[in-house]
Amino acid sequence: MSLAERLADVTGPYFGEFGGRFVPEALIAALDELETEYAKAAGDPAFGAELARLHREYTGRPSPLTEVQRFAAHATGEERPGASHPGVRVLLKREDLNHTGSHKINNVLGQALLVKRMGKRRVIAETGAGQHGVATATAAALMDLECVIYMGEEDTRRQALNVARMRLLGAEVVPVTAGTRTLKDAINEALRDWVTNVEHTHYVLGTVTGPHPFPEMVRQFHRIIGEEAREQLLERTGRLPDVVAACVGGGSNALGIFNAFLDDEGVALYGFEAGGEGVETGRHAARFSGGSPGVLHGARSYLLQDDDGQTRPSHSVSAGLDYPSVGPAHSWLHDLGRAEYEPVTDVEAMDAFRLLCRTEGIIPAIESAHALAGALRLGRRAVSEGRTGPDGAPYTILVNLSGRGDKDVATAARWFGLLDDGAAAQELEKMEGRG
Amino acid sequence: MKVSTSPVTGPGGAAGLAPRTGELIARLRDEENRPALVGYLPVGFPDVERSVEALLTLTDNGVDVIELGIPYSDPVMDGLVIQEAAQVALDAGVRVAHVFEAVRRIREHAPHVAVLVMTYWNPVLRHGVREFATDLAAAGGSGLITPDLIPDEAGDWIAASDELGLDRVFLVAPSSTPDRLALTARASRGFVYAASLMGVTGVRTSVGDRAESLVTDTRAAGAEHVCVGIGVSTGAQAAEVGRWADGVIVGSALVRPLLGDEPWEERLRNLAGVTRDLASGVRSARAAHGAH
Repeated sequence: MSLAERLADVTGPYFGEFGGRFVPEALIAALDELETEYAKAAGDPAFGAELARLHREYTGRPSPLTEVQRFAAHATGEERPGASHPGVRVLLKREDLNHTGSHKINNVLGQALLVKRMGKRRVIAETGAGQHGVATATAAALMDLECVIYMGEEDTRRQALNVARMRLLGAEVVPVTAGTRTLKDAINEALRDWVTNVEHTHYVLGTVTGPHPFPEMVRQFHRIIGEEAREQLLERTGRLPDVVAACVGGGSNALGIFNAFLDDEGVALYGFEAGGEGVETGRHAARFSGGSPGVLHGARSYLLQDDDGQTRPSHSVSAGLDYPSVGPAHSWLHDLGRAEYEPVTDVEAMDAFRLLCRTEGIIPAIESAHALAGALRLGRRAVSEGRTGPDGAPYTILVNLSGRGDKDVATAARWFGLLDDGAAAQELEKMEGRG
Repeated sequence: MKVSTSPVTGPGGAAGLAPRTGELIARLRDEENRPALVGYLPVGFPDVERSVEALLTLTDNGVDVIELGIPYSDPVMDGLVIQEAAQVALDAGVRVAHVFEAVRRIREHAPHVAVLVMTYWNPVLRHGVREFATDLAAAGGSGLITPDLIPDEAGDWIAASDELGLDRVFLVAPSSTPDRLALTARASRGFVYAASLMGVTGVRTSVGDRAESLVTDTRAAGAEHVCVGIGVSTGAQAAEVGRWADGVIVGSALVRPLLGDEPWEERLRNLAGVTRDLASGVRSARAAHGAH
């Protein structure tokens, strides 16, 4: 990479030493076709115009930017709001308000338009929390495509409502019973399907991982998050944020918002991984704290693995972050030192989840709650270290609220013991397929 | 017995010179007018000791090349049968180190057989590419089959295998373009593995319409030897494929007899029966063709 090159413009197949194509030869022709079609589409104003129309008229973009003052007060210490420190401002990029409830729709609409250009008629996808599956099923319904969604059996239980949503939208949901029965195994199964049916099937990969060109292409479809947020923030506060914070499972929402700030040296970028029950317990999905570089699902990246290179199971209260690897561009940013990655435990995430509900009337996705917990941590750190924005302005944190919490209400209700009524508990159990 | 790591004569090991797979295939073609039978089993299923017994059953019943699988947590190129066996092996605690031990024991028992290790790439990467190649050569292994490593990403492995004189088996698929067939043929040594149909491993009733033309195209692209896998399960299929392929690769059909509930000795007898059927298939392939 030349020094003159902007970080935001670096493309695949490699981000530093990460990325590549570690897949069966059977998929290479399809990946080449995808790369070619994507490049053509990216240079075609008609494609851009159609995607922009869908963003505007279907997704509801631009998504708003919401300042959350009561939430932010908890970063400065409620007992002395403001005190000797100018305080902390927290602004949320509201991807939760998109159609289907998360940032996932940005990428899926882009890929679905590509599928139409390629003349394929069937799409498959993997999903953890279900948000990517719901988005894919939605786009398939909109564009008249056959749709199969692979989901770990464990996740179909954690996310029963989203399974129902996908089925309502006409998708076939296949519970995967192999391995750990979570997102990793859903990806394995989707890859197997793709190897078999690649001639007429496109794999709508849901995050910035997988073989080239997926990490680059999915980032491009999500860069609108950061571009909008940057403009909105400049308009609102007159300056760039001090920090951009996002949760990192595969890492698509994080890369989408980071991308617009990669070349702004004064903006710190923080990715928050699932620390699960604590990195020290071994039950987590913190690839940067507890993993090492390796190959999984087509890309070289940081990975939870044992001494033999076997993938170690990940753990998180959030199905969407419960994944043992991470997009290769994040590994690159980590090794460059351009972004910092820290684990957030289940407990910290759920505390932040409840705090946003109570202080702002917004129920976030549990994934996004990891970023909120991270923002609280960064705010407290700034206050304790006396750090402020330029000219003594409040320390400003931009958080990507990547999704809403409808799908997580059952998990949260159980976590906080909110179901004292027997009938409600039974209803919930039934909803989760345990009745 | 002489031990050598000369790239000209092939890697040496505990049981002496490991056969170069390409030379072995050429000899079977020239001297016996038949294709090679390549048999797959994972190491460590149902445990390391019994997996070695099963592997020796293959060599005792007519397999020419062993494809020794390293069980892996995320085998995206494999179907249910092999995945199930791999999971049992992992649960039973199989380690990468066991594969070198198994290679050594197969070579001691059957010095004429070539042993190729089939592995997804991450276990090799984690072990260290050069270290893996060194350990494999020392054990008497002939080389690697790498289902999720394409030549484009294989720089370190190509260097290490050149240095240690190991075979490199890359795959081609029905979707491979002529350019990619040529690239893969150039990068491979030993043979090129032609996946006969789009899909994962597993028993099929037919081997795919594209298989024969894929072999022809791969040879035209420069491959000296092309073996066919995915979907072959019976002696009759082996005979059919063996008419036009340099080798017939069988995996799931050999794993399946071992998955049952019968006493282990009976499962081994069943495995021997399937192997003999396949072995007679490859031996009749060209004789049958000549009779037509």
